[in-house]
Amino acid sequence: MVTNAASFGRSGVHDFILIRASAVVLASYAIFLVAFIALSSPLTYEVWSGLFASLPMKIYTLVALVALLIHAWIGIWQVLTDYVKNIALRGVLQFAFVVAALSYLAAGLIIVWGV
Amino acid sequence: MKLEFSIYRYNPDVDTKPRMQDYTLEVDEGVDMMVLDALLLLKEQDTSLVFRRSCREGVCGSDGMNMNGKNGLACITPISTFKGKKVVIRPLPGMPVVRDLVVDLSQFYQQYERIKPYLINDEKKPAREHLQSPEERAHLDGLYECIMCACCSTACPSFWWNPDKFVGPSGLLHAYRFLIDSRDTATDERLADLDDAYSVFRCHSIMNCVDVCPKGLNPTKAIGHIKSMLLNRAV
Repeated sequence: MVTNAASFGRSGVHDFILIRASAVVLASYAIFLVAFIALSSPLTYEVWSGLFASLPMKIYTLVALVALLIHAWIGIWQVLTDYVKNIALRGVLQFAFVVAALSYLAAGLIIVWGV
Repeated sequence: MKLEFSIYRYNPDVDTKPRMQDYTLEVDEGVDMMVLDALLLLKEQDTSLVFRRSCREGVCGSDGMNMNGKNGLACITPISTFKGKKVVIRPLPGMPVVRDLVVDLSQFYQQYERIKPYLINDEKKPAREHLQSPEERAHLDGLYECIMCACCSTACPSFWWNPDKFVGPSGLLHAYRFLIDSRDTATDERLADLDDAYSVFRCHSIMNCVDVCPKGLNPTKAIGHIKSMLLNRAV
């Protein structure tokens, strides 16, 4: 058994489940937004901000942002462990990507709760 | 009729870097032959050309090589496959080259060894033998036929990048062969050994292994079954 500490999940199975579950959330969120845009005619600022002002949409967006963090963390870790063999460089790159993903989450939270 | 070849040449004792060498073979019009037959004829022209071969009928798995970009066994690949185009022959990709078309498969064998490729049964020994029903035996079809030519594992990018951690399609096909064997009692230990982020889950199901397997096997399907077993064990 090969061990690792840098990925998001506790094991390969955990990563496997998390990456698929987060993909389902992200796919449903993307489909919902596309459908909302397609079906809202006319799509005005009031309609758009009204959507994000509702509590269910805020929670849905928060869940999607957390799913994005998890999905990106595991995905980036997989890509980096394939292609970047220098451990120091890989560590720095992964740190940068994870900090960026966490920043997106924080920014998304503040923006959505500001509506 | 002239058959054109471009063959990877590298002798680490003499060469500073690998090179491609062109060869031409004169054969009668309309004659087809296997790539291995052509290589044997070329070796008569140039005795320094090195490659592995043994059974010359797709059973031993010795002459795995990359022909016009696709891994396969030279002994069962007809020259006519390439439709008159120059045949570019390289060693199996991603492995250290020992010389010309001969690669060092140590890591491939280490991964095979890791999956404990033998029956483990800690039950009381039966009087004669461990019996298996025809249905239980049928589970091994499509698995036991692997000849370990390494065409699949050396066509797999996940194995190229992590040959020390990812078991690879061939090893995992064998792993599933023992996981699904009704006579084997070490299923949980075997799964525990594979339960990490690399050994199995580095397979992203791109199916290069299925595309190149000269025996027509499906390692991706076997790996999918292992993933399901790991999932069932974990949740």
